[in-house]
Amino acid sequence: MPRWQTYVAPALFIAPGFLIFAALILFPMVQAVLMSLYDVKVVAGAINAFVGLANYARALTDEHLWLSLSNSGLYMVLTVPPQIAFGLAIALLLQKTSPAQPFFRVLYYLPVVTSWVVVTLLFKYLFADRGLINYLLGLQVSWLSDRWTALVAISALGIWKGIGWSMMIFIAALQGVPAGLIEAAKIDGANPWQRFTNVTIPAIWPTIAFVIIMLVIGGLNVFTSVQAMTDGGPGGSTDVVLTYMYRQTFTFLDFGYGSTIAVLLTALVFALSAIQLRFFRNESTA
Amino acid sequence: MKKRLSPLETLRISTLAAGALVMVTPFVYMVSTSFKAQQYVLQIPPQFIPSPATLSNYERILLRGDFGQYFLNSLFVAVTATALSVFLSAMMAYGFARYRFPGREWLFRLLLLGLMIPAMMLIVPQFLIAKWFGLIDTLWGLIVFYVAGNLALNTFLLRGFFEALPQELDDAMQIDGATVWRRFTGLALPLARPALATATIFTFLATWDEYAWALTSITSPENKTLPIAIALLQGPKGTQWGLVFAASILAITPVIAVFLIFQRHFVQGLTAGAVKG
Repeated sequence: MPRWQTYVAPALFIAPGFLIFAALILFPMVQAVLMSLYDVKVVAGAINAFVGLANYARALTDEHLWLSLSNSGLYMVLTVPPQIAFGLAIALLLQKTSPAQPFFRVLYYLPVVTSWVVVTLLFKYLFADRGLINYLLGLQVSWLSDRWTALVAISALGIWKGIGWSMMIFIAALQGVPAGLIEAAKIDGANPWQRFTNVTIPAIWPTIAFVIIMLVIGGLNVFTSVQAMTDGGPGGSTDVVLTYMYRQTFTFLDFGYGSTIAVLLTALVFALSAIQLRFFRNESTA
Repeated sequence: MKKRLSPLETLRISTLAAGALVMVTPFVYMVSTSFKAQQYVLQIPPQFIPSPATLSNYERILLRGDFGQYFLNSLFVAVTATALSVFLSAMMAYGFARYRFPGREWLFRLLLLGLMIPAMMLIVPQFLIAKWFGLIDTLWGLIVFYVAGNLALNTFLLRGFFEALPQELDDAMQIDGATVWRRFTGLALPLARPALATATIFTFLATWDEYAWALTSITSPENKTLPIAIALLQGPKGTQWGLVFAASILAITPVIAVFLIFQRHFVQGLTAGAVKG
């Protein structure tokens, strides 16, 4: 009976799911690292040659990979701060419960639940040469045929689609701020801005840190919107890391190099998250 | 006497309304374009109220294409993957929450690792695994990877919920002679309904919208799901925007309906993830 209680019963509950998880998530994780050390041949029967760190050496000197990384980085820089600022601002405006609150909440959250493919095509249409954006701004810009303007269009989409998510999380966090704290600051004569910076911000600091970390990860992992909007074009100038990785793998069938890029990006994401966690932890105890 | 809004309140509402307008205008314009004939879709000045309005885009999508097939594919894949993933996650979460065994935290940490790994990192090895098992270009090939991809988050979400359930009820049923399985299905699952609803909604959304893996795996037209079918509606020259958006609207309607009906659970799910995570 004790043996049943300790091992068999939990194993019966955990094993089915965990085996699938191990086979289709954990094993591919290890596999990705291993494949990055090989020149992988997709042809049946061909033998993969061990090449050591050659793929990594190639990555370091691959100018297009650096260009892709700078595009991913730019996307991150352009999309994360507005999502935080607008998300928080709207959450502050919406925190007071009123009949209009659920209505606005739904409207702002609508883009979040809409599929990436649909909203990407929609923005492609809005940013078309004869599209709504040019008309409303009175411009004649060919947004998607230049690297910088195309990245602006892709970033605009990222911000528009993401604001609802950060808003929703900030609303929840703000509801957790003790009303007494704000009242006390009010009695002490703090103006609304002081109350915001000295009471509200510290109180929701862990949530802000969480949202920033998640958005940075998401920003570096941008794929679907770029793939469906420009597919890296014109001439690969709007490639982000994952579209470049995807093309290396599934167009040029270089599975080893594709894995190398994926592993490098994951390492970067982990390192950035770890640095941010440290930073935010120090901030909150300071 | 009519209640008057304070200037500050007026400013608040109008700011919110201006923001909401930015969020909603693209959707409105999309709906409008879905009723336009091709020669009007990029007309200047743009029309918000299509004139002449036409139903021909919807007719073509519903009657002439294989849209029904894609819709059914998406529905089959999303419903099956969601049901399996949520059920397996619930079992795992229950195992983690109700039992203490050596290596428990270690196993759970491995699961959390799956939360942090970007899905795209795994796509290359997953493609080779799927090929090995003959799962490429099949709907089941989509399902098993969607199940696997959503296990970690759901288990994480549900474990916390199961741990919060009072142990006394469980003990009482055990004394009455109920088996572990009976206690799981008869007690834990019904009590966890709100958390299960949250997990179900998020998984359904994720699988209904999934693009990268479907794009990689599916090659036959008859196995396409909605996201890839819609993406492929764009032509190399001169996309039929009316057609694209008619299909898009039909594809996002179920999701938006689910969202509107179960909004409450969205808020709860996001909060659980954010506050604990």
